[in-house]
Amino acid sequence: MGFHLPKNFFVTGEPMIYVADVLSVLTIAGIVFVLTYYKKWKWLWDEWLTTVDHKKIGIMYLISSLLMLFRGGIDGLLMRTQLALPNLHILDAEHYNQIFTAHGTIMIFFMAMPFIFGLMNVAVPLQIGARDVAFPYLNAVSFWLFFAGCMLFNIAFMIGGAPDAGWTNYTPLAGSDLAPGPGINYYLLSLQISGIGSLMTGINFLVTILKMRAPGMTLMRMPMFTWSVLITSIIIIFAFPVLTVALALLTIDRLFGSHFFTIAGGGEPMMWANLFWIWGHPEVYIVVLPAFGIFSEVISTFARKRLFGYGAMVYSMVVISAVSFLTWVHHFFTMGAGPAVNSFFSISTMAIAIPTGVKVFNWLFTLYKGRIEFTTPMLWAVGFIPTFLIGGLTGVMLAVAPADYQYHNSYFLISHFHYVLVGGTVFGCLAGLYYWWPKMFGFKLDERQGKWAFWLFNIGFNVCFFPQYFVGLMGMTRRMYTYPEGLGWTPYNFISTVGAYMMGVGFLIMVYNILYSVRHGERDLTGDIWNGRTLEWSISSPAPHYNFARIPEVDDLDAWWHMKQRKRKQPWELRPLKPIHMPNNSGRPFIMSIWFFIAGFGLVFEWYWMGIIGLLGVLYCMLKRSFEYDDHHYIQVDEIERTESAAGRA
Amino acid sequence: MAEHALQTHGKSTEKSALPLEYSTEESRLKIFGFWVFLGAEIVLFASLFATYLVLAGRTAGGPTAKELFEVKDFMMETIILLTSSFTCGLGTLALRNRSKGGILFWYIVTLLLGLSFIGLEVTEFIHYVGEGATIQRSAFLSGFFILVGTHGAHVSLGILWMTLILIQLIQRGVTAATARRVFIVGLYWHFLDVVWIFIFTLVYLMGVAY
Ligand code: HEM
Ligand SMILES: [Cu+2]
Repeated sequence: MGFHLPKNFFVTGEPMIYVADVLSVLTIAGIVFVLTYYKKWKWLWDEWLTTVDHKKIGIMYLISSLLMLFRGGIDGLLMRTQLALPNLHILDAEHYNQIFTAHGTIMIFFMAMPFIFGLMNVAVPLQIGARDVAFPYLNAVSFWLFFAGCMLFNIAFMIGGAPDAGWTNYTPLAGSDLAPGPGINYYLLSLQISGIGSLMTGINFLVTILKMRAPGMTLMRMPMFTWSVLITSIIIIFAFPVLTVALALLTIDRLFGSHFFTIAGGGEPMMWANLFWIWGHPEVYIVVLPAFGIFSEVISTFARKRLFGYGAMVYSMVVISAVSFLTWVHHFFTMGAGPAVNSFFSISTMAIAIPTGVKVFNWLFTLYKGRIEFTTPMLWAVGFIPTFLIGGLTGVMLAVAPADYQYHNSYFLISHFHYVLVGGTVFGCLAGLYYWWPKMFGFKLDERQGKWAFWLFNIGFNVCFFPQYFVGLMGMTRRMYTYPEGLGWTPYNFISTVGAYMMGVGFLIMVYNILYSVRHGERDLTGDIWNGRTLEWSISSPAPHYNFARIPEVDDLDAWWHMKQRKRKQPWELRPLKPIHMPNNSGRPFIMSIWFFIAGFGLVFEWYWMGIIGLLGVLYCMLKRSFEYDDHHYIQVDEIERTESAAGRA
Repeated sequence: MAEHALQTHGKSTEKSALPLEYSTEESRLKIFGFWVFLGAEIVLFASLFATYLVLAGRTAGGPTAKELFEVKDFMMETIILLTSSFTCGLGTLALRNRSKGGILFWYIVTLLLGLSFIGLEVTEFIHYVGEGATIQRSAFLSGFFILVGTHGAHVSLGILWMTLILIQLIQRGVTAATARRVFIVGLYWHFLDVVWIFIFTLVYLMGVAY
């Protein structure tokens, strides 16, 4: 208690960390310099830090998650480098533990989730013909909480020491006896902070989709991506509170010596595994269902066909979301649950393959006899089908409880979940990024570079992860930092590492593509650069901040496609413009996240005074919000007219 | 549905059939959003209940529920909290009549009952700690303090929140915006009561019965 500085407040002794320290300081100094030199501080504050525009919030999510894909990817490459050959000592065991923990945690919480949230923010209100999300202020709070949590997690390896108990953070390994010091506290508090933001996002999008659709857009006329986000929001609302509780209980165990997960006082370490995976398995669907939604949009757009089996797609998602809450024990078949329990969870897990199979066939039938155009987003979508098939089939293999005793925690598992997470979620995110890019920025990413990046990344991905199935079956277990010669593992590992570097090159091409296309990318003058089917393509690119000058009326699925087929204007298109009600910007969400960060940082080091100051700051921000009444303004008709005609619209 | 057609934030489309707190689109969205939030709160408490029930028998040689709980004490707490839910309901009724005085009166009664509930709970906790029944003593006690304490923290936050809203009511009178705030804090209060009924049965009654 009280103020004590841990021995190594700044982590020392590790050359790689010194390099990271220097790079971080240089990056921050660079950012400050550029902002000051070009006098951009006010712009940054007015346009971005205080924004409540869902499109800008979406872009901030995307930037953050691309950065985190880079950071997590470097971690992946470090691990793959260490494993390339037997008996390497580039990383020591402790450092390796920290890296795979950081890698897994960052990829799931700070890359995949925010990437999905970013695309949701960009596309959903536009797809349903709405001018905003239901709670724009709350939306900004969600983003900044994610951001504060992400920053808190990312400073761990430089200040105080990184967590090292794996992204699953199992007790008792993560308890205060075996893991004293701030590392695990970082994990717990940063995920807690960003998790609250995620829950709020789920609530926000559920209400947005249920209550703010354009007239005529019944549930069964919603674009598939919006459907997937609706289902995802429901899963978030049911799953995240469980994570909140799990994290809080372990935090209390560590900080205040309670006994939820310690054997000593009668606690139950398996309780962590259960709570964690009751959240954790649905989490997999939180990140993969929206990716499915994206594939559905992209495939029907570029096959120029209505999505095959729309109703079946919807119902299969509903079934998946329900069953996803009944499978969590498959993550610990080997931890002594008994045959009856294992059988139940084995069967429920396999059951998910059925609705998932339905979806795969629907995509295939949508492609069948379509006029397929292989744009970059379409390549990612089509490339997803075989990788996901491999990931899914090996998933069913893992679901066979007795067999799982063989594969459990081996590289077979590592390969399986990367096939699903990379081949499903990351491919989906990238498809969505290329697809909606013109809508966000008004220009297209270069197609030729996009294809190069796709092929390098896709081939690299398979080269990296396919061999791991074999080396897994040969007995190489997960989280091994090195291995001896002569086990026959070396060629597999070496090939795998080569594949990882190919993916890295693919990523770099993607980044280069962005920089290149800012200047040279094809400009989107029509707002409908892909000849799209859904409402977001009916407005100019980038979308004006009020989205729709007139709220569209919808009478079918693929509303915009049908509007394009009709030559005559619809009555609603001729209605006079009216002033539009918009929420005001606010700096408070950003400031509140700083207080959260302070509270989290204090509690990480068990400096309670600092934790309390931070929480009081949070409370004060909430109080200010409670007293806020005038938080919107009107955009007048003449301004709308000016904006619309500047975008080339009558 | 007609609401779907409404697209602006907080546009005051007064419809005579709707109660004041539902009269703007913003209010309807926020009330619905709050219901969804309560759904998430149910999951949160359900997880805490599950944890408590798993750990309830694990006293590690420390005091058991039967030894600790006093029927008289938790009955008092229960009666006070249930009454506060009733008075809060009367406050909502006063809201329907747009009576500022009525709302203030019943909500202040609710606040006072809430405060005495918290007072009793704090006394109860201090008493236990005095007997060596601390959160560090056993898994059962960890589960107990965190479950009941989380509820107590919610009630305390509710008291603070309700106070703020009453101040706004005094400042601004009964408007569409204050009506919504009054209504939502009322929902929250009733929700905490429902949770308490589960605590009363699953923690206290079962604790003294077995
Ligand atoms: C981009 C290329 C990637 C590479 C090269 C890579 C590499 C690795 C390696 C080598 C491990 C195993 C560490 C070990 O157990 O020894 C690992 C674990 C893991 N990866 Fe990746 N990965 C990549 C992308 C991703 C993505 C996109 C996700 C999630 C969306 C992800 C999620 C995970 C998780 C959850 C673990 C488990 C960490 C743990 O054991 O606690 N990875 N990755
Ligand atoms: Cu699972």
